[in-house]
Amino acid sequence: MEKSTIISVKNLQKKFNDNAVLKGVSIDIKKGDVVCVIGASGSGKSTFLRCLNMLETPTGGNIVFDGVDLTDDKTDLNLHRQKMGMVFQQFNLFPHMTILENLTCAPVMLKKATKEEAEKKAKELLARVGLADRADAYPNQLSGGQKQRVAIVRALCMEPDVMLFDEPTSALDPEMVGEVLDVMRELASEGMTMVVVTHEMGFAREVSNRVVFLDDGVIAEEGTPAEVFGAPKCERLQNFLAKVL
Amino acid sequence: MNWFDKLHETFIVGERYKWLLEGFLNTIIITLGALLIGVVIGAIIAVAKYFCEGNKKLRFVNWICDLYTTVIRGIPVTVLLLVFFYIVLVSSEGITVAIITFGINSGAYMAELIRSGINAVDKGQMEAARSLGLSKFQAMYKIIFPQAIKNILPAIGNECIALLKETSVAGYVAIVDLTRAATNIRNKTFDAVNPILVLALIYLVLVVLMTKLLAVFEKRLRKSDGR
Repeated sequence: MEKSTIISVKNLQKKFNDNAVLKGVSIDIKKGDVVCVIGASGSGKSTFLRCLNMLETPTGGNIVFDGVDLTDDKTDLNLHRQKMGMVFQQFNLFPHMTILENLTCAPVMLKKATKEEAEKKAKELLARVGLADRADAYPNQLSGGQKQRVAIVRALCMEPDVMLFDEPTSALDPEMVGEVLDVMRELASEGMTMVVVTHEMGFAREVSNRVVFLDDGVIAEEGTPAEVFGAPKCERLQNFLAKVL
Repeated sequence: MNWFDKLHETFIVGERYKWLLEGFLNTIIITLGALLIGVVIGAIIAVAKYFCEGNKKLRFVNWICDLYTTVIRGIPVTVLLLVFFYIVLVSSEGITVAIITFGINSGAYMAELIRSGINAVDKGQMEAARSLGLSKFQAMYKIIFPQAIKNILPAIGNECIALLKETSVAGYVAIVDLTRAATNIRNKTFDAVNPILVLALIYLVLVVLMTKLLAVFEKRLRKSDGR
């Protein structure tokens, strides 16, 4: 059965002043896809991901999400961002709010749920990532791994159709990487559409169904994990993998 | 005549302590009113500048804000008071003029303070808020501003104290504030020493009380810093 396309990126370009970071990236992401984006630092991975929900404004190309062109000035971005969860490298939890407030703030403010409904859902999701007892704690009282799990739950509380992960484990101590990857793995197994920028090659190989290798602002190679890791075709990818594996 | 008799004669005879009381009330009213205006103006300017930064169409807003801070910070508050009392708000009551003048003056300093507080909040906070679908304004109101205020609370405390003490020039335009009341007593009794000492003591106590109050606020806001 052919899965329907949820994000369609066409010839995406991004320049910072004269520095072209993305030089025409095109990709179709289908419902239920887990796409891992890999590449050396400076290859444009994070910029690509941040363009998907328009945190960076592309300087060229189109991003069509759910049939709506996000690069169109008339598009209400706030509405579409609600359906695209994002998880950041630095967690970016709101430090002045308790965990529960972090989770319920957006759904309540954007009238997606009443306070009671939002809290109920938040507590359910917190329990699922093993943090039910930390609902009233503040972010500063949590470990890095716990913070990132909360950040994932915060995005999930908006019931997104797609989850974007920007190097979610890169700021974590090694012993905490596993707990975050476990949550992501579970999410993937439930059929969540995910785009993951990562340096965790093990995760990419095991969980994703597609791997994209970005090099110098373009997609240099793309395929199933078996293809990309097992039989890399382009030389840059071969070199990259030789360094990171 | 011993010192206590002297005090009695200066403050109690003719119920002159009531002058001080009246002046004290006026000082408090001017300070609180000006503080309110200052914070509101400061917040509006700081937020406006934040939103207009890098927006070519709204450059004039930025320009107006800069003009305001430049002009207000460039004129001594005493001169500003004279300008408002004798030129701009001629028919208004003294206290009203004072509240508006000190408020507008304080607003310029508050604006810079709040702006620095906003800029000190990590960029990721705005990004996280926007990624959840909050508008720029909602994110500012709910996420950025509370953190900014917490960052700058000690500096706002300083501004409050400075404001309280600045109001002592209100007497220039015939407002009976605390300082003016003490001066009136001096003129009446020819006691040059005690009214000044009492005046200084009252300001000191006020500032100490304000400092304590701010410390309580700060402690409450620091709740989320705990480990």
